[in-house]
Amino acid sequence: MDLLAHLPVLQVVVPMLSAPIIVMLQPRGLAWAGATATSLVSFAIAVALTLAVLDGQAVDYAVGGWPAPFGITLMVDAFSALMLLVVTGASAAALIAAKPSIDQQIESARQPLFYSAWLLALAGLVGIVVAADAFNIFVFMEISSLASYILIAGGPDRRALPAVFKYLMMGTIGATFYLIGVGLIYMMTGTLNLADIDARIGNVSDINPLFVAAGFITVGLALKAAVFPLHVWVPNAYTHAPHMVTAFLAACATKVALYVLLRFDYMVFQGNLIEHVVQFSMFAMPLAILGILVASAVAMFEGHLKRLLASSSIAQIGYILLGASFVSVAGLSSSAMHLFNHALAKGGLFLGVACIAYHYRDLRLSQLGGASTRMPWTCAAIVVCGLSLIGVPGTAGFISKWLLINAALQSGSWGWLLVAIILASSLMAVVYIWRIIEALYFQEPIAGEAKISEAPIQLLLVTGIVAILNIYFGLFPQVPLALADSAAVLLLEGVL
Amino acid sequence: MTPEIAILTAIILPLIGALVIALAGRVGPNIREAATAVTSISLIFVVWGLLPVIIDGGRPSIEVSQVMPGLSIAFTVEPLGMLFAALASGLWLINSLYSVGYMRGNKEKNQTRFFACFALALSATMGIAFAGNLFTLFLFYELLTLSTYPLVAHKGDAATVRSARVYLGVLISTSIALFLPAIIWTYSVAGTGDFTEGGILAGKLNDPEIGLLLGLFAFGIGKAAVMPMHKWLPAAMVAPTPVSALLHAVAVVKAGVFAITKIIIYVFGIEFLFEASSAQWLLYAAAFTIIAASVVALRQTNIKRLLAYSTIAQLSYVVMAAAIFKPLAELGASLHIVAHAFGKITLFFAAGAIYVASKKTEIAQLRGIGRRMPWTMAAFTIGALSMIGMPPTAGFVSKWYILAGAFEANNFVAMFTIIGSTVLNAAYFLPILYMVWFEQEKEGGKEHGEAPLLAVIALCITALLTLGFFLFNAPVIELESQIVKGFG
Repeated sequence: MDLLAHLPVLQVVVPMLSAPIIVMLQPRGLAWAGATATSLVSFAIAVALTLAVLDGQAVDYAVGGWPAPFGITLMVDAFSALMLLVVTGASAAALIAAKPSIDQQIESARQPLFYSAWLLALAGLVGIVVAADAFNIFVFMEISSLASYILIAGGPDRRALPAVFKYLMMGTIGATFYLIGVGLIYMMTGTLNLADIDARIGNVSDINPLFVAAGFITVGLALKAAVFPLHVWVPNAYTHAPHMVTAFLAACATKVALYVLLRFDYMVFQGNLIEHVVQFSMFAMPLAILGILVASAVAMFEGHLKRLLASSSIAQIGYILLGASFVSVAGLSSSAMHLFNHALAKGGLFLGVACIAYHYRDLRLSQLGGASTRMPWTCAAIVVCGLSLIGVPGTAGFISKWLLINAALQSGSWGWLLVAIILASSLMAVVYIWRIIEALYFQEPIAGEAKISEAPIQLLLVTGIVAILNIYFGLFPQVPLALADSAAVLLLEGVL
Repeated sequence: MTPEIAILTAIILPLIGALVIALAGRVGPNIREAATAVTSISLIFVVWGLLPVIIDGGRPSIEVSQVMPGLSIAFTVEPLGMLFAALASGLWLINSLYSVGYMRGNKEKNQTRFFACFALALSATMGIAFAGNLFTLFLFYELLTLSTYPLVAHKGDAATVRSARVYLGVLISTSIALFLPAIIWTYSVAGTGDFTEGGILAGKLNDPEIGLLLGLFAFGIGKAAVMPMHKWLPAAMVAPTPVSALLHAVAVVKAGVFAITKIIIYVFGIEFLFEASSAQWLLYAAAFTIIAASVVALRQTNIKRLLAYSTIAQLSYVVMAAAIFKPLAELGASLHIVAHAFGKITLFFAAGAIYVASKKTEIAQLRGIGRRMPWTMAAFTIGALSMIGMPPTAGFVSKWYILAGAFEANNFVAMFTIIGSTVLNAAYFLPILYMVWFEQEKEGGKEHGEAPLLAVIALCITALLTLGFFLFNAPVIELESQIVKGFG
């Protein structure tokens, strides 16, 4: 069918064109309904695209019929499909659940603007994923970043403003670094299309500018992806953003930057720059390990629920990077899998946080007493997602952890040490998740606890479904696993 | 019902039961308790219905999901797992009777959560019993830890939460830090984790590594409480007594020694281990645990803590028997799982009954209590004699076979450990029995009679089982003779 062939571009265009329309939907509730419907359509498109690439084929799309490398091209393969599922799924789930929480946090006059920014962020993120040339990735990255600054600062918490300023500064530095790198590549190869760069980069007259470009691009994207130690913008931004925004962005925003990092590095640099594989490995692995250990340790001592989970996100980014740093099929497939599974676990946890925050104004762990008796279903969902984050067997988190450990064992003589680190950090995860559980279940109820009841049904329902998905994908991970495996093979095609 | 469906039903039924119990809690306690009763009775029908199939040599198995290539959730029923499942499901019904009496008699809070988590724990136990490979075993092993945590932390005050933290901390961290690497190692060496007769590791691993892997399993399975991984068991005694009785005398701890025995027989293979010099240390570790825990038990003043240390010692009987690596000893290990279960659940039931009736928790308070609670204390006496291993109780039967296995292997360490521990067991149980029956009660104590009727009925049944197993153990021996080839 004709429409089917246009899915890659529709994936971006639908949310982007809906965004300005949403602004005009002033009557109460309409803006939310419009944004949610758009997001669901996006999700449906992502599912359709996934089905199309499930057999390992890539879908190419030339915008306006201009062929590559002259026109803008979009490309969807297994890796992008997995990412699209994560991004659109997180957005759809968060938006369906969002209404009560957003109504509480954002006054109704500003809501259309807020939802419009949400859709722009969504459009930017999916744009990054489907874009097949380096410059359009930058454009979409800017769109998504600017929109997410608005989202984060959009809540009632004034502390979000300095947080977002820090994010803006670091985000801009990251984007600029990326642009400098892309500029250098353009200078040397005369093209921006990734596949074309890959084809021409072998014939450049001087290789040094490319190494510089690789450095700029890697560091710039690592900043966006909150790779340790470039993560400092994350905790405050996540903590003070409106709760639903945190649920959306924590599930997918940094991962998209990581996605670009992997795609760029594997597709363009690793096959063509001599010894770049070792460089990448040596750069990424220590940072990943440090991130896992330090951020987990910080999370163990955090006293604020959202900040604790934000720290844990930095550690989880470390897992994804660690898998990628092995430069092997097993490692990359564990990374891709963890992208998906961590989005499920962390998204679910932040949804649970939004449920709790509906009644509890103060989200410090010491102020959450009595939640388990007043909000039993919410707390159960948080426990399930927490277990998935730890990596308990039977949950999604276990699958990626198992894959990661296997990949580490195959990675060489240091394998056992890496396994020890992964297991140690799992134990640290037990500690910080259990601090949350004890805070919810075994504390003296706070004052005024008697008035608290369960969170609004739509918020609760979505949270519950995500929690169940964490178990479902722990027992039946075949589909994401197939995507992750073929993503790893595709990424490594040019390298090994 | 085909055996395959029965396996799945045995696991899903308690899960549904847990859900129904949670929902029925809003309707009323009687409906809720009815839900527990219906679930546990139907579970017995399902599980015991599998028995004839297994005795006839059938090994029904079913795969639920191929999670990753080579890694699947699959169940296979073999004699050892069958015995464990039959034991746990049977005792759950008796324990439920007791629980109702105990929880109501004590006016405990959060009873719905209690009964729901109990059903969940049983589902995990069934999963462990029927697990067809290491991954499935691990899955349900962790589920059992997590579902029993709320039961241990039931009281919810600061001291209880601290103890529950120890419980969870030891069990989770040993399983993640040692058990999981052992499983991954096994999969990477053998290419599979399926429980197979004769083992899957023979010829694929050499000497120092065999002992190391065995160590990862033996200490990683913290539920077996081999020292120094035993601290969680005394900590778990803060739980209400029915939890200690069924879970920390039967389901949870037996899941630990069951898993170790199963791994020794079906992953390593006993002949392979018997020849491996680096695998012999496990016997000494278990022997040390038996003696050390018995010595610690001598010095306990609290009834439940004494029983906890006694359990640690008795669990290591099973581990030690399994670590003799001889057919007769493996048979003794499986018999001891049953024998100790009957005896120890009786002792815990009695301790709980004493607490409900009189609020007494210390050994020194038991002077002369035999006259006030004759039924309870008679059952306690039978349980204690079974721990010592005196005829005509269940403990004698299993000790007999373990000793026979030790003779078969010419293993004098095992023999002397059994003899020494029998002496120690007598040294801490006989004075209590003397105190209970022959000393005078202190003046001015609280007036009380027997515990609630349901509780007394339950503990009398288990006491009778302890006696009955001495006489009627032939079917169990016949069933378990199948676990090792070339037996007899």
